[in-house]
This record gives sequence, C-alpha cells and structure tokens, in this order.
Amino acid sequence: MRLTDEERAMLAGEAGPARQWAIEHQMRVGRYLGAEDFVAVSQAHIMADTESLGVAGVEWLERLAALPDVARRVRIPTITDPRGTDFAAAARLKQQEWMLALERRAIAAFEALGVLMTDTCINYQTIMPAVLGEHMAYGDTGVVIYANSVLGARSNFEGGPSALAAGLTGRTPRYGYHLPEKRRATLKLRVDCTPRALHEWGALGGVIGRIAGDYWQVPALVGIDRVPTSDELKHFGAALASYGSIALFHMADVTPEAQHAIIPTLAVTATITAADLVAFQAAYRAELDRIDVVVFSSPQLSLIELRDVADLLDGRRATIPLLVVTSPQVKPDADRLGITARIEAAGGLVLSGMCFYQSYAREMAEANGWQTLVTPSAKLVNILGGYGYRPALLSMQECIEVACAGRIGV
Amino acid sequence: MTMFRAAAAMGRRVQGRALVAKDGFSARYDLDRVRGVFSRPEHRLAGQSYLGRILVLDAAKGGVATAWMLHEMTARGVMPMALVLNRVNPIMVQGATLANFTMLSGFDVDITAVVPHGAVVEVDPEADPPCLRVLALP
Repeated sequence: MRLTDEERAMLAGEAGPARQWAIEHQMRVGRYLGAEDFVAVSQAHIMADTESLGVAGVEWLERLAALPDVARRVRIPTITDPRGTDFAAAARLKQQEWMLALERRAIAAFEALGVLMTDTCINYQTIMPAVLGEHMAYGDTGVVIYANSVLGARSNFEGGPSALAAGLTGRTPRYGYHLPEKRRATLKLRVDCTPRALHEWGALGGVIGRIAGDYWQVPALVGIDRVPTSDELKHFGAALASYGSIALFHMADVTPEAQHAIIPTLAVTATITAADLVAFQAAYRAELDRIDVVVFSSPQLSLIELRDVADLLDGRRATIPLLVVTSPQVKPDADRLGITARIEAAGGLVLSGMCFYQSYAREMAEANGWQTLVTPSAKLVNILGGYGYRPALLSMQECIEVACAGRIGV
Repeated sequence: MTMFRAAAAMGRRVQGRALVAKDGFSARYDLDRVRGVFSRPEHRLAGQSYLGRILVLDAAKGGVATAWMLHEMTARGVMPMALVLNRVNPIMVQGATLANFTMLSGFDVDITAVVPHGAVVEVDPEADPPCLRVLALP
C-alpha cells in the first residue's frame, strides 16, 4: 500500500503503540482486500458489546487504555453501537453481575480512549447523519447500509477492532465501497409489492438479501411506488444487511446514487411479489403457539416507533414480557413526552442503549425460560435462531396482540 | 493429491479434517461459541462441532461481531483450525487479522463442491500462490 509520511510515521511507532497497532492492522486488512492506499474518514462507529468482546477483548482494550493519554486517544469522532445491557433494567432481564462488570470495564476502557459512548445503532437518525460522499468507518451493518444507500456516504463494514483502528489513525484502507466503481448496481430486482408495514420492509430486505448472497453484491430495486420513511428504510436495510451481508443498495427514484449507479442495460433478474413476502414470514411462524417474550429491537426504535407502540398499547395490558428497546438519545424524549410511561403502564419495559441480540441473548433465554419470541424485526428473527430461540416475524400490531394474549392467533 | 489455489490468504499452514457445506458463516449467527457447535437450526452443519476443524464454506454472512468473536474464540481455544471461503467480507478479514487466524478465500472453483466433507486437508497461506491441498479422502 502507498503510505503518506504521516502513515509511515505511525507505522514506525512515532505516534505511539496504539496507532502503530492500528495502522498495521489496517494495512493487513487492506492488503487482503486489495486496497492501494488509505482514505481519510470523518467518523468511526464501534460495535463492541461484551458478549462479542469476551474477557479477552476487554483485556485487549484495557491494554490500549493503559497507554499515556496522548498515545491512546482517538483522532476523529468515534462513537459506539449498543452495549450489552441497560444497567437500570439488568436485574429484570436476569442478567448476571459478571456481565455488568465486564460491561463497566469495557466502558471505562473506551472512555479512556476518548470514545463517545453513544450506544446506538440508529446514529444516522439521532447523532449526526452522514453527508453524500462522506467517507466513514462505520460498524453495525444496519448503520453502514443506511449511511451508504440512503445518505450516500462511503463505508465498508468496519468491525469493532477496525473501527477503533480508524478512530486512532483517522483513516481506513480504500477498498470496497470507498471506490466509486464498486458502488454500481450488480443486480436489478423488480418489486411488485411495495411494503406497507415495517416488518414487511424487513421481509423484503430478507428476501433480497438471500438472493444477493454476499457482501460484494449491490442490489438495485425498481418498482417501489412511493418514497419510504426513514424507519421503513431502516428496517429494510437492516434485514438486507443481515440476510445478505449487503452494505449498499440502490432504490430507483429514492436513493441519491440510484440514477447513476443503475446502468440502463442491467437486466432485471428477479421479481419480488407479495407471495414472496408472505412465504418469508410464514417460514418462521410454523408451529408457534404460546409465546414467551415480545421484543421490539434491532434496530433500536425511533421516537415515532415508540409512539406507535404506546398508541397500540393504550387501554391494554401485556401478560408476557414486552421489551421495547431504544437509544439513549431517544429515551429522554420518550420520557419527556410521556411515551415511556404509557408503555410501562401497560406492562412493557422500555430499555435504553442496548440491543436484544447483543445483550447475552442466550443467557437471558436460559435465565428467563424464553424459547419462543415474536418481533417486527426481520433482522432479529434472522439472528436469534442460532441463540436457541424460535422467533416469528409479525407486524407491530400483531406483536402487541401477542403481548396481551400470550399466544399467536387469538 | 489435489490442490486448489486461493486468491488471498493469511495466517500459518495447518492440517486438519474439513467440515464442508454450501452455506455461509457468521460467528454470531451460526455458532454456539460456548459449546463449540454450529447452532443455527437452518445451517447445514447444525449440531456439528467445529473445534479443531477446517471450515470450508461458501460466503461470509451476517454482522460485524465476528471481528471480535474470532479473537475471543481463539483466546479460549474453542475455535476452528482455519476458515476457507469462496467469498469473504471485510469482517472476516478484520477478525482473522486481529486473531491471527488462518484463512483462505477466492478460488477458481466452488471450493465447497470440490473438497469432500471429512477429508483431511492442508491450508497453506504461506505458499505462492496460497492453496488448499486435499491430503486424504474421508
């Protein structure tokens, strides 16, 4: 890789061991993926829940955090994805003290590194949305795909170590979606059934993710007959990224690069119909009757989604655990506007700064006896099978019905 | 002995028995990392132990957690011996880099179709070009 004088100095250790590790790590990644040089990035976003980090990862962070202040602090705004708990609700979730202790150690290490503990996967709705053409080092696949596709930012999937490396060096290897030529659509799909509800947008993302197949594909959608909302694109993108490992999509007449990125000669390879979305949803619903827990999460809910949950719960009472997860930026507004109180008066629990699947989902299942789960999040449905759950994808309204009845289909 | 050249590689040369499937790989989505088994019910290797095995799979899938999880698995010694994929994503590369993990990717053929499940294979990222060798059939 071609290096600038500043990059060579970091590689030589002249900016301290943290930046030396960071640029060495980035060069190894860059060489594997064909990067010729680095590109400056203006923000980094780190996914680092302690279930993923483990003790080894936290100890690794603590070694960096023990360096002198000038050698360890990030150079660009660096923020965090959800943590593995909401400390205020950990006991109700039956999370164990060792999990909380590990979270506290990780938080202390990140703070020593100068990282802003935003604890959110919807930073594009709450913190500082990216600008068209802005290069980022974002973690959380849902953040990357939204920023790339809806906002026109340039980012690859940056796992926690690489996002932290970008925070320390202020740059990232220039490969993948930092390169204009990689942002062109590689397959075109016609959508005959513009979704109406959020879970249907998730289902559409899941269907297309399965078709697209891998990170290097850039699906383009034609036929969407209205401009979706931010929440709709959030659920679509999160599911597309989850099922397909996709980091960028284009949507004709909606996303900013679609006009130039969808080459006219690119032929439609498949048509998505309403039957595809129904079949996708039905595959998860088979044989589920009694439900143990209802979860609104993944991505964290916007203020509008929280308001909708509260409206659906008015005059109702949840009879099984109902978890509603949002960001630390949205939660104060929900509190101030009485939304949190309305949800919790109906038996729900509003959680902040965590994400269900990033919060020791397997251990929570064992501690609470949870096996069956319903959610309007296709992403969550995709992930939780591996954690031992039997999940189903339902609409927001159906989820509330299940929360009140304790079972599907009553 | 059959040999398959890879486009990209990292890590050190290892030998072991191959677990092969035309399926994806994500440490968070697919694995019970405590027990060391594939846990996603829909995965073609569901229920099988990956400890000490060389995983030969189609494509990197899922989210960004694998970037930490390979490191965490390696620290506990509850990990596969190597990862061989038709197609990687950046997360697999970043995770393998942090964990000093052995990985090969990018073949002229579908590697999951040509390496028999259960074969003894050698993954050689240090060769020029890097390659996978089938040493013994199951």
